[in-house]
Amino acid sequence: MAKIGRITKISGPVVQAEGVAGLEMHELTMVGNEELIGEVVRVEGDLATIQVYEDTAGLKLGEPVKGSGMPLAVELGPGLLQSIFDGIQRPLTVIRDATGDFVRRGVKATALPRDKKWHFVPLKKIGDYAAPGTIVGKVQETPLLEHRILVPPNREGKIDFIADEGEYTIEDCIAKLSKDGEIYELKMYHKWPVRKPRPYIERLEPSEPLITGQRIIDMFFPVAKGGAVSIPGGFGTGKTITSHQLAAWSDCEVIIYIGCGERGNEMTEVLINFPEWKDPRSGRPLMERTVLIANTSNMPVAAREASIYTGVTIAEYFRDMGYNVGVMADSTSRWAEALREISGRLEEMPAEEGYPSYLASRLGEFYERAGRVKSLSGLYGSVTLVGAVSPPGGDFSEPVTVHTKRFVRAFWALDSALASMRHYPAINWLTSYSEYTDYVEKWWNERTNGRWKELRLKALDILKKEDDLKEVIRLVGIESLPETEKLIMETARLLREGFLQQNAYDPVDTYSSPEKQFKLLSAILQFHEIALKALSKGTPVSKISSLTSVTDLAKVRMSVPNEKAEEIDRFLERIQADIKRLTGEGI
Amino acid sequence: MSFSVEYRSVQKISGPLIFVEGVSDVGFNELVEVKDAEGGLRRGRVLEINRGVAAVEVFEGTTGLSTTSTSVRFLGKPLTIPLSTEMLGRVFNGLGEPIDGGPAPFTEEYRDVNGLPMNPYSRDYPTQFIQTGVSAIDGMDTLVRGQKLPIFSGSGLPHNLLATQIARQATIVGEEVSFAVVFVAMGIKHDEAAFFKRSFEESGALKNSAIFLNLADDPPVERLVTPRSALTLAEYLAFEQDMHVLVILTDMTNYAEALREISAAREEVPSRKGYPGYMYSDFASIYERAGRIKGRKGSITQMPVLTMPNDDITHPIPDLTGYITEGQIVLDRDLHRRGIYPPINILPSLSRLMKDGIGKGKTREDHGPVASQLYSAYARAQELRSLSAIIGEEGLTEKDRAYLRFGDSFERKFLNQGIDENRSLETTLTLAWEQLSLLPETELTRIPDRFVKMYYKRT
Repeated sequence: MAKIGRITKISGPVVQAEGVAGLEMHELTMVGNEELIGEVVRVEGDLATIQVYEDTAGLKLGEPVKGSGMPLAVELGPGLLQSIFDGIQRPLTVIRDATGDFVRRGVKATALPRDKKWHFVPLKKIGDYAAPGTIVGKVQETPLLEHRILVPPNREGKIDFIADEGEYTIEDCIAKLSKDGEIYELKMYHKWPVRKPRPYIERLEPSEPLITGQRIIDMFFPVAKGGAVSIPGGFGTGKTITSHQLAAWSDCEVIIYIGCGERGNEMTEVLINFPEWKDPRSGRPLMERTVLIANTSNMPVAAREASIYTGVTIAEYFRDMGYNVGVMADSTSRWAEALREISGRLEEMPAEEGYPSYLASRLGEFYERAGRVKSLSGLYGSVTLVGAVSPPGGDFSEPVTVHTKRFVRAFWALDSALASMRHYPAINWLTSYSEYTDYVEKWWNERTNGRWKELRLKALDILKKEDDLKEVIRLVGIESLPETEKLIMETARLLREGFLQQNAYDPVDTYSSPEKQFKLLSAILQFHEIALKALSKGTPVSKISSLTSVTDLAKVRMSVPNEKAEEIDRFLERIQADIKRLTGEGI
Repeated sequence: MSFSVEYRSVQKISGPLIFVEGVSDVGFNELVEVKDAEGGLRRGRVLEINRGVAAVEVFEGTTGLSTTSTSVRFLGKPLTIPLSTEMLGRVFNGLGEPIDGGPAPFTEEYRDVNGLPMNPYSRDYPTQFIQTGVSAIDGMDTLVRGQKLPIFSGSGLPHNLLATQIARQATIVGEEVSFAVVFVAMGIKHDEAAFFKRSFEESGALKNSAIFLNLADDPPVERLVTPRSALTLAEYLAFEQDMHVLVILTDMTNYAEALREISAAREEVPSRKGYPGYMYSDFASIYERAGRIKGRKGSITQMPVLTMPNDDITHPIPDLTGYITEGQIVLDRDLHRRGIYPPINILPSLSRLMKDGIGKGKTREDHGPVASQLYSAYARAQELRSLSAIIGEEGLTEKDRAYLRFGDSFERKFLNQGIDENRSLETTLTLAWEQLSLLPETELTRIPDRFVKMYYKRT
């Protein structure tokens, strides 16, 4: 394996070496005297081009380059949860202990702690046959998650030995598998190359919604478990807050949050909030189900490119244990820009806006790693991918947004006009879409007496009409509209302020249970029906909209907690009584 | 430590770059000394090495260099600047050399100007409110210690006045320590530089400030180093000397132009509008040097100023900045024309860290809801303004007319203030409630009832 080459060219994060015939594409290499970590991105004869994951300042021509014989891989085993890694899975805590508060290069760190003991419980016995992906035992990694110990997808054999229940480190052998006379010593972790999707038995169609607790998403533009979504938006439209909200409240067993080329303070915010915020289902700290990957905008650009692969590979590993995993990648544009930068240094022919021509196929490969599968272990699991996109100038016709749209089936378009009105989440209900509605309809209908589809279409219709009427109002003023149309405007306002807007910083409003979402939406639509009747009896809309019970309905989202969702009915009853009084029926 | 070889093998000169042949033992990004025909020394940096050819960018420019009479030495270390607390009160060029006629300050330490990325795990989250005395900022887009909040301006707008007003007035309520100011001028005009110097001298802020000047006629390569030298000093003051440092960088647009110029000289593949594809990463390596570190007392707060070319907020310079900074303060030509100072358009303005710096125990409990209500009311007022321009005020309802009155009064009384007027937060919030009281009570849907009871129509 000791093919030692020499550096012949250095340009930013890209290094060329000669005398390295036999290096493979994507092989992990050690570059220079400090053995900086790099990955082969091009091979020509005995020349290899390597992208280096660390700062290359001071690197000199003639310094050695060594191949490792292995592709860039991640370690998968107990110890992943609650960690914060850089783009190539080095724990930031270890880097801090090694180099202080600022990240220096050349730190060697294993991803998983080697000395920590885990309580292993065997689930197989001697003589059982362990096929690839078999669950041989379990470790309670955090109170929220049982970590199932898997046979790596490329190993199998008859169990000759399995450890008794007890405390082991991940380096201890916990089982021996024999096949064709060869013995494989199974440890609690294994490595897997990041650019190679983990195998499964079968891809399945999505069937269940991913409940995010965000009303506009769950009710109007749902995503299914195993789906792929894109959140594009200019700066200040709330991509990051939306990603944080999804990471916090989605009903996944595991969350992988990838901060790819974004702000350092945002990762700090997650690090502060997630240990404090409680999972609404279990009451445990959210951090116990979360893996963070942070490669902020000022960290080396090549590692930014690797970070999303690192994240999605960890997600697939948990999927293979039979879990639903959510991956939030913020922002995929930074990843695309890293591709562009490396491509420019490789002097490749650029396609649109300087991006390499393979941008679309790379995006496709990434989003295709989402999905609901029957895993090798026989259990069903899913990976849901949510990719934020940061289009330059908020222009959705730029290459990353356009190509992403081809590979995702839900699109949550963030709108800067909404954001400047402080309407959050600033998801535009006219330009967003979801192709998952048909898949999740059954789930919702079972819980809403079959009314989910009808309600959401009706609400979307009112919002659409509002948009049309706005044009008219711009020309003739609202006073000249007929009363029924004024009511559309009023109901649409209630929908916007009382349902679509959701305050991420309000302890009650930040997460809405499916029940509350449904109650709230149906209350607003019922108000519309009641008011419509009142109009026919000659009551003007202006009288109805100035009722305090109506104004209060806009605040219900903050005043009624999830566990008291039935109280929403009370608000509706008040409106009903007030309107009866107006029409003269109540007295 | 051997003496480095002197190369006389300059093969090509292109813009600010020289290409030196036959080099060995040269490191990427290392510092270079270039001697011209007259023996004058210039400094430069290795940008790329390819099979014995090093591309070097010369900070002072290549005017007067030739392929025959130029010699080059590679110094085997990155560009460093000398640092000390004595640098406060002084004026420097982009490479950290004093240009105010005084002696070089006593050096406590040398550091690489490129700095190192802060470990996200070591960061401490910014939560302390900085009172700038400007209502539009304190009330609506609050600045917190450790934040990076740029001013997006346009040519001819009073961003310089606003920047100096903030530098003068910024305080932490209840703390005696004032900010040390590191002022970084990139590619600005001589008279602008004179304005800043005078303004710092008059207010007495100069003794607590370090000024780095790279003027419009200084070489563009030095412009790329200027913010890095200044931030290296800021990091030293904040994290070694426990100071709270406010860094004002003006004008980032000139910086970006220099970046584009050098990228073109290197014949790189351009991305939008000819700017290099790595401009985002390059900006981030400047802006991300703001923040706080767990267990250390000091902090770096950044206020970059940029002029949007043609007032276009989607131009790559403001656009990439906005993606990195924690919000933006946007100046508006229309407000300026109407004589409102500071002409801050609050609608596209934003402070991402505001939510954690305000509220009970930090500013006042009603601060968040009040700001949110002002936003939505002002947005509504703007919408109605354009509507009434078409259909006339008669076509509006009484409620809508109340919004129009609110909009005018908000601009004249809340946004507008004197150049030396330093408003306390209490004053700002009182003014805010005065404006909100012009609206019917039922319109205040974003404010909890108890605050409405406490403050509505109370002034």
